Amino acid sequence: MELDAKIPAGPLENKWSHYKAQAKLVNPANRKKLPVIVVGTGLAGASAAASLAEQGYPVTSFCFQDSARRAHSVAAQGGVNAAKNYQNDGDSVYRMFYDTLKGGDFRAREANVYRLAECSLNLIDQAVAQGVPFAREYGGYLSNRSFGGVQVSRTFYARGQTGQQLLLGAYQALMRQVSLGKVILYSRHEMLDLVVVEGKAKGIISRNLDTGVIERFAAEAVVVATGGFGKIYYLSTLAMGCNGSAIWRAHKRGALMACPSWTQIHPTSLPQSGDYQSKLTLMSESLRNDGRIWVPKLANEERAANDIPEQERDYYLERRYPSFGNLAPRDISSRAAKERIDAGFGVGAQKNAVYLDFSKAIKEQGKDKIKEKYGNLFSMYKKITADDAYIAPMKISPAAHFSMGGLWVDYELMTTIPGLFAIGEANFADHGANRLGANSLLQACVDGYFILPYTLANYLSGELKKDKITVEHPEFERVEKEVVTQLNELCQIKGTKTADYFHKKLGKLLYDKCGLSRSKTGLTEAIAGIKTLRAEFYKELIVPGSAAEINGELEKAGRIADYLEIAELMCHDALSREESCGAHFREEYQTADGEALRDDKNYCYVSAWEWAGIDAAPVLHPEPLEFEFIKLSVRSYS
Amino acid sequence: MKIHLKIWRQQDAKTKGKLVDYMLDQVDHHMSFLEMMDTLNEQLIVKGEMPVEFDHDCREGICGTCGMMINGQAHGPVPGLTACQLHMREFEDGATIYVEPFRAKAFPVKRDLKVDRSSFDRIIQAGGFITASTGQPAEANTLLITHESAESAFDSAACIGCGACVATCKNSSAALFTSAKISHLAKLPQGEKEAAKRVLKMVSRMDEEGFGHCSNTEACEVECPQGISVLNIARMNWEYTKANLLKD
Repeated sequence: MELDAKIPAGPLENKWSHYKAQAKLVNPANRKKLPVIVVGTGLAGASAAASLAEQGYPVTSFCFQDSARRAHSVAAQGGVNAAKNYQNDGDSVYRMFYDTLKGGDFRAREANVYRLAECSLNLIDQAVAQGVPFAREYGGYLSNRSFGGVQVSRTFYARGQTGQQLLLGAYQALMRQVSLGKVILYSRHEMLDLVVVEGKAKGIISRNLDTGVIERFAAEAVVVATGGFGKIYYLSTLAMGCNGSAIWRAHKRGALMACPSWTQIHPTSLPQSGDYQSKLTLMSESLRNDGRIWVPKLANEERAANDIPEQERDYYLERRYPSFGNLAPRDISSRAAKERIDAGFGVGAQKNAVYLDFSKAIKEQGKDKIKEKYGNLFSMYKKITADDAYIAPMKISPAAHFSMGGLWVDYELMTTIPGLFAIGEANFADHGANRLGANSLLQACVDGYFILPYTLANYLSGELKKDKITVEHPEFERVEKEVVTQLNELCQIKGTKTADYFHKKLGKLLYDKCGLSRSKTGLTEAIAGIKTLRAEFYKELIVPGSAAEINGELEKAGRIADYLEIAELMCHDALSREESCGAHFREEYQTADGEALRDDKNYCYVSAWEWAGIDAAPVLHPEPLEFEFIKLSVRSYS
Repeated sequence: MKIHLKIWRQQDAKTKGKLVDYMLDQVDHHMSFLEMMDTLNEQLIVKGEMPVEFDHDCREGICGTCGMMINGQAHGPVPGLTACQLHMREFEDGATIYVEPFRAKAFPVKRDLKVDRSSFDRIIQAGGFITASTGQPAEANTLLITHESAESAFDSAACIGCGACVATCKNSSAALFTSAKISHLAKLPQGEKEAAKRVLKMVSRMDEEGFGHCSNTEACEVECPQGISVLNIARMNWEYTKANLLKD
């Protein structure tokens, strides 16, 4: 299989406008004949569904949550980037493009990244028009702050709830289309399979989570906007329901997965406190604007943070990366934290955390100013830990957060199955091997509002004259049967171990062997371990009740069945890449200072994987990354 | 810790429910309330019983999915928290805890503690938006909004749509939820244009969904995990009266 990314020719800054000028259109009268399915109602899904419906396509939208407003984009805290240069500090589309590409350790496509930066300008306009209450200066102009990996202030924010406010904007736009009858929204519906007819995506099979009823839906194109699968690590910053099932099932129907092992481990989450723990709460990266990260210089330090004098504190990020300091990118900050914790300098009851200290900022700016900037984060911290971060430093720790990997898509956001599009975190495209802070909200919105509406039309224009496929087609019946069989199988194992038992075991295994650092030995062991766990799962799982009713345990079991397969592909992916880049850190490939050692000669490509069956090794299809406009350099933040 | 739970079990909207007793004897006080519920469910499943169905997702207090009455209070005894942020350290060893669903005519029970809150979505569909299609907007900084207005709009917009206000109100009123959206949008110049139409439609949809009238007790504000102010309700009433007076 030859992968064609379909990058338009011409100068970088003209590629997208050139594409838009050349893309085929669908006449407004014909759009109503071309139904589209959008799975997921987070920022990518809701913005896409609303924008497509506004244009006149009949949209059917799905989410597993009880309301579209609850999709996990809601939890993003810190902000959204845009190259507006309102601060007059040297920002530009090119600068943002370069920062993002470099932040991703030069493992993304130039053209995609440039388009992301270019479209960032419009996104802020769109969000303001929808009523997103971004932070403002006293005179009324929009305010900005700074995020990791950059030297300008280009992050727009709504206190620590930027994701919530952007999502509500998209959700309200979606609700408007629902009220106009342009979108039919099915909440509490989970996509359980993709239906491919004659090589093209033509529909999905879903399960109504309130009744257990299995339903078929046909359309001329299917858009998956189902987010990331970082919950595979069990302990993560993601919501309990976040999962990889929609993209995985599409993968098994022929869509390639790209770089699935590239997971962002976020440096500023709350540490684990016990085995019963179900999630790790994130503390926004924006805190690193004013918070200083340190550990004691003395290993196994017993004194409380405030009793440790200044000269006995190791501000290791400021020490190792003086020009970026506490705002070093996430992969680097997380690894640096792990290095200190593993060396015995960790703090807290479990010695698994580092300090994030605001005392200097409070002294310089006053408590009120800090409260205004981060008040809700400080109160969230207090709610969870019962500690007051105005008095003593926060304790933070790395946690699985974002999937850079996902379904492989071309410049048009189409997967290797014609008619199947993947947008937002569900795809692999713009972030390379490490995502910069405040670029995920951006990518989700830009894909949904500004890119997909053009590229989908280009595809749909070719479907207009074709015969319509309905849910009566035998392929729908065949796929539906497979779905029903799997659900019943899971219910009938009747073992003794719950779905969470397997999820926790898998998560630990993956975090240890395919997390912040990876090695050939560890990954080989992990693959064997996952196979054993998978066999045990199909022998020992217990799911109470039946598939014909509300059954939260069955939902979990289906998702974990998929995780047990995704995990294996992640390990293959990490094993095959014998270099370190971004979040992918192979212990064998590092500099003398412990920094990532990239190998541009042999690994300057995107690893796209083809499913070859449960017992076969996945097949690698490399998509070479060509850099026409920038020169690859060592990613240095020191 | 030892905990005695009395949990509402109900098969579906049509079946009668009842409180069922459960004992847990190894509860860690660092556990969140939902992690305690997870522990109970693990034990029930292994015994071959059906686990307690309850809504939850982000477990960091922002998605608005979780919601239950804990000892008669929406999201439990600590102000400003959702159920997922409540921790067992707030309870005494040996405590008896009553856990029930959010109760309201407009929130029918699906099973156990899970309720149907789709009426909230329909209130938003009635007008809780600004008509601004993708691609139309002008450059963002051409519209100046003072710091104070933006912050005040944010205070209203922070609602997470959990339904605690409805469950707390003795009339099961959705006034706090509805008014928060009306105020968020009315406080911003972008939203002013449609303010009159919006308030009339949203209030009328709220009534049609079976929510009661505002009881004026202000209990909703006390129980709201986001601290949404009842001043939003005053604002809604003002917008509503204004819209009616100026109508045609």
